[in-house]
Amino acid sequence: MKQLKYIGLTLFLGGLIVFTLLVFSGNFRLTEELMRSNLSEMELTNLGERMSAEIVDKNYTSPVSFGNAVIQIYNETNQQFRNAQQWDRVMYTPPKEFALKLARVASTGWIPAHKALLFFLTFGLGIIGALLFVLTELKLGGPAGIKNNGIYQRAATNRGWVGISTFIFLVSFYVLLYYFPYALVNCTLAVDPVKHLFNPADTASQWFLYGFLYCVVMTVMGVRMIIKYRHNNYQVVRTVVVVFFQLIFAFLLIEILPLFDLPARDLKNAWPLDYTFLFEWNVQQLLDSGHFGKFLFAWGIVLSLVIVPVMVYFYGKRWYCSWVCGCGGLAETLGDPYRQLSSKKLSAWKLERWLIHGVLVFAIIMTFFTGYLTYNVINNPDMESKEYLVGISAYDVRELYGFLIGSVFAGIIGTGFYPIFGNRTWCRFGCPLAAYMGLVQRFKSRFRITTNGGQCISCGNCSTYCEQGIDVRAYAQKGQNIVRSSCVGCGVCAAVCPRGVLKLENGPEQNRFGNEGPIVLGNNGFEIQN
Amino acid sequence: MISGESTHFFSRTALMYVYMGHMRWNDIKPYEDWFWAKNRIQLVEDWVISIDYTNKSITTRSGKTLQYDKLVLALGSKPNKFGWPGQDLKAVQGLYSRQDLEMLEAVSPLVREAVIVGGGLIGIELAEMLLSRGIKVTFLVREKQFWSNVLPIQEAQLISKHILKHHVDLRFENELAEIVDDGTGSAGAIITKSGERIPCQFVGLTAGVSPNIDLVRNSELETKNGILINTFFETSIPNVYSIGDCAQFREPVAGRRALEQVWYTGRIMGETLAQTLCGNRQAYNPGPWFNSAKFFDIEYQTYGNVGASLAAGEAEFYWEHAAGEKCIHLVWDKDSGIFKGINTFGIRMRHELFDAWLRKKALVEEVVKHLRSANFDPEFYAHFEPEIIAAFNRASGKNVQLKPKTWWKNLLNT
Repeated sequence: MKQLKYIGLTLFLGGLIVFTLLVFSGNFRLTEELMRSNLSEMELTNLGERMSAEIVDKNYTSPVSFGNAVIQIYNETNQQFRNAQQWDRVMYTPPKEFALKLARVASTGWIPAHKALLFFLTFGLGIIGALLFVLTELKLGGPAGIKNNGIYQRAATNRGWVGISTFIFLVSFYVLLYYFPYALVNCTLAVDPVKHLFNPADTASQWFLYGFLYCVVMTVMGVRMIIKYRHNNYQVVRTVVVVFFQLIFAFLLIEILPLFDLPARDLKNAWPLDYTFLFEWNVQQLLDSGHFGKFLFAWGIVLSLVIVPVMVYFYGKRWYCSWVCGCGGLAETLGDPYRQLSSKKLSAWKLERWLIHGVLVFAIIMTFFTGYLTYNVINNPDMESKEYLVGISAYDVRELYGFLIGSVFAGIIGTGFYPIFGNRTWCRFGCPLAAYMGLVQRFKSRFRITTNGGQCISCGNCSTYCEQGIDVRAYAQKGQNIVRSSCVGCGVCAAVCPRGVLKLENGPEQNRFGNEGPIVLGNNGFEIQN
Repeated sequence: MISGESTHFFSRTALMYVYMGHMRWNDIKPYEDWFWAKNRIQLVEDWVISIDYTNKSITTRSGKTLQYDKLVLALGSKPNKFGWPGQDLKAVQGLYSRQDLEMLEAVSPLVREAVIVGGGLIGIELAEMLLSRGIKVTFLVREKQFWSNVLPIQEAQLISKHILKHHVDLRFENELAEIVDDGTGSAGAIITKSGERIPCQFVGLTAGVSPNIDLVRNSELETKNGILINTFFETSIPNVYSIGDCAQFREPVAGRRALEQVWYTGRIMGETLAQTLCGNRQAYNPGPWFNSAKFFDIEYQTYGNVGASLAAGEAEFYWEHAAGEKCIHLVWDKDSGIFKGINTFGIRMRHELFDAWLRKKALVEEVVKHLRSANFDPEFYAHFEPEIIAAFNRASGKNVQLKPKTWWKNLLNT
């Protein structure tokens, strides 16, 4: 059984290595014909001559060298137009997207000819290997129960060299995905066979690659989560549901809706996490997409303003964060091995409150600006400089938000830093939707974690394994209930408690905070007088 | 606050989790390090070597002298050693203090087989710890079943089976005769009273603890097994108090033991003495008994009194789940029907409800019919109350109907 586990690990690492090598290998040769058929008329006029001379029919041996060459020409040409103030000739496609488009078609040789094999060598090996690795735990891990042995003794989960390597790998992946997607072109080719299941005429973008990878990781690590907590039905049900929402709503529907000429939208993605909701292109596209589009627009508003707070009132924000949300889902599956790394210090809590509510305020301001722009685009199409409000451009505000919050915070820090800061960094410090729901949860909700009288022994398992960095023990050892805006209701504190002290439950708001005095249940002697 | 054991207060019950890698040392400290200064509690990391009650001063190992107005002796306990040959060899120890943990950590890399002597709570924790490092464990238990001096036989058997499931070599009615030197001054094997020789590189002595009172034993402070105190924790010397494992009540309170070596009672004593020290003199007055533990994967809670064997005039009901890892054991007064206590394994129960029922002397029928509301298991867990109630009615000849789940607070007011 142990050998099987190591075979699984080897297969998984093999898949990972092939995936990584794809970033550094390949043959790229752009022919004149390919260039002409893939550039727009304007791009051809602007770039055709220089590209014919410098890139066409030249061989490149990595996606990065090819992409960089393309981008250099693209940027220099644009700069010339800007210098000459020929504004009508400046091209606005992001250079990284332009390079990705050409890299896809310029890829020649072994890689594009063996997409299915490559899919097997990357995703196939990775999935089979990882599943073998986690399934052997059923036997090797002993009887069902809390199995946290060695977590702080293993380099993968105690910020050791494995953790640091994982961190570097994850951050690098996000940097490539967001800023150098053409480097991942071979990886997108490897998932073309999957994309073709939905639409044989289409090709996989970097976002398809990311979405597919996300689903695969969540599913495989979801299996791991279920095995680890198989004695705990709350964890089993919750994990199945959160993976289900990812697969159906965030992936399958996104791929299927466009096949029926409907707008592809993640129905569970609520503003302000879905920060592009009021962007003019989004609103316009929805309003132009018939009844279904209009329904989506109305649904988005109702979801954010009615369903979200009402559900938080009845069940706490866990209904979203731990049961539905994609970010939360990844944190609860891929991130589970890292939950103990979140800081429990008071200083971290202070930082958290400023940061997360700061992001919420930023999101509201950004939405206000972009809403103003959208309103003008729809209602005052003839207005000059629609985007300017108090002298600030809505485009600038939302670009800043998208860069700082959307990609750096949510992606690079949020997920890349799992092995360093724990698995809920984004949810704890950055997610504006979490902040919004947190306010409801803290002040108007039936949800709390009940402390079981005086049974706490102050051991600290609950605090240690709280991914949100809540010092659960500080409440439990005083017999107080845990009512905190940041609690995502993952239920792991209650699971790891060795004395059955904690229970997530919904009940009357009255007496929600539990024991108010410093005297814990079990002492008959006296009461504290106020 | 003077302690030579560690700079900062830590949770003794969590020592095992540090060894097993669930937590780091810092994680078992219930308060961050700045807490003490902020609350004007001065910490002194040192060992007290003598106390001068007349001049109200203490002397520490490093030569410091500190004055006191009131002195609280909370000296804890130490693992029992019953004069076994070889009990002071290297790699022979109990598990009580931070230093014990450090010693264990230091010898662990050399240990392939271990023997644990004494079938109680620390013994099973130590077994779980050693197993987590891949060490083979032989567990000598004097009683017929694990902890059967405290648990009724049914529960003791249930836990014993669970211990075996974790591949512990469990030997009942077996006692240690001597520990054999491996030639280097370290444990190499043990010999049992039945003459069997078991090779091992580590011996865990977990046959209970006794008050750690060497510091005060031969002084003018009155001691017996522990430091003698009245119900106000006052010792024989004015302004000197004692609480916790080391304190022995001259007259036990409310049917409890004179020596209470339990986490929860220590906390209650601390809460109560704090009142006295702050000018509101209070006697020790704990509520209904409760306790908890975890045996590998099975959690245990108890409320009220369930003895190892039934006392005169008591009636009982025992239910065990088919899989043999959950059970409850109820005891009540046969004549009056008043509920006396419950042991619950693998099913969590609400402390507050049981506390209230015990205080108001509720009838066993009331407890049983509200078991659904008293359940404290996480959401989506399977429920066994209908099965339990049916078995209860069959066994007791009563006819109790299970009430649907209501918010537990509502039951407190009725």
